[in-house]
Amino acid sequence: MIQKDIRELVLKHARLSADVNTLSDLSDLYAAGLTSLTTVNLMLALEDYFNIEFPDRMLVRRTFGSIQSLAEAVEALKT
Amino acid sequence: MCAPVETDAYKTYLDELTGAGLLIPSGVKGVYGRSGTFEHVIDQFEHYVTRMGRHLNPEVMRFPPIFNRDHYCRINHINNFPDLMGSVHSFMGGDVEHAELVRKFEKDEDWSRDLAASEVMMIPAACYPLYPTATGTLPPGGRVVDLKSFVFRHEPSDDPARMQIFRQREYVRLGSAEEALAHRDSWLERGKEMLQSVGLAVEAVVANDPFFGRGGRMMKATQKEQTLKFELVVPICSEERPTAITSCNYHLDYFGHAFDIRTADGQPAHSACIGFGLERIALALFKTHGLEIGAWPKSVRGVLELG
Repeated sequence: MIQKDIRELVLKHARLSADVNTLSDLSDLYAAGLTSLTTVNLMLALEDYFNIEFPDRMLVRRTFGSIQSLAEAVEALKT
Repeated sequence: MCAPVETDAYKTYLDELTGAGLLIPSGVKGVYGRSGTFEHVIDQFEHYVTRMGRHLNPEVMRFPPIFNRDHYCRINHINNFPDLMGSVHSFMGGDVEHAELVRKFEKDEDWSRDLAASEVMMIPAACYPLYPTATGTLPPGGRVVDLKSFVFRHEPSDDPARMQIFRQREYVRLGSAEEALAHRDSWLERGKEMLQSVGLAVEAVVANDPFFGRGGRMMKATQKEQTLKFELVVPICSEERPTAITSCNYHLDYFGHAFDIRTADGQPAHSACIGFGLERIALALFKTHGLEIGAWPKSVRGVLELG
């Protein structure tokens, strides 16, 4: 499950104020404490881990808003 | 190989400015002296800014172009703009180390690595020294502060409008989100009208700061997506790539969090600013109206009270 890997990366790089384990895949990561700077850390970690590059059109808050939206973005870029 | 046309246009205008004595070359790209005439234009534009901001009854604060290194370390500038920073170093050794420093200097070796970081950094924006002084609770209704300083950005260039050290005049609003946004939006309109009234055909565009590297792509995109930054741009040397001469920025509660600034009701303060790029405005005026201010249109001379 790609969501599990993303959850690990969020835990490691997003420095959320909320406990990642209490979040569902659909929970709002910005409401959980994701900031513009930690979004950068998370983006770089995702690119390295999955060997992908986010195109500019995907560098929006909607993409990084939840574990589910990140999973969909990563899936789209991996195929 | 031919140089791009645009590069020629920048160099041509720079040569005109130095030839007319308005800018005085220093041997370093982007570092110039300014003539009395150049300063007169900046002074008069600043008086105009003062007149147009008087109704806000701003607190006037002036900081030097260096600030506390500890404060620098709290604003993520090192993450976002490492290539633009200016760190002030000095010699802190004794006699033995001094002898080694001089030996390297005289042998034309690199002596800069014998220096150590001082307590200060160059300021990258005129408003940065303000926020650490605002820690605590704001008065009801927040604060409006009038700031001006030389600021430093390490980006050597032949473009006369891309200086390494230049002045920003700012009005900063500290308060609620609504107050900060209203400040940003009203100054975007007022700034546009002011620049148009001196004959500069500015346009307002959504912009982003030059965030560094791979991660910077995300910061640029997010800043644009949230329309946090607007620039007032006008062609100086290039129609295709007009120059930003003023910017209007909404910082969300970024500085409120970084320096524990709170509104009267205990929330992290939001902030916004308008920053007039004084040298760029003068350069746009000289490009648009000519290098001889006596020949500028009467209306422009009138607004700027050039006499």
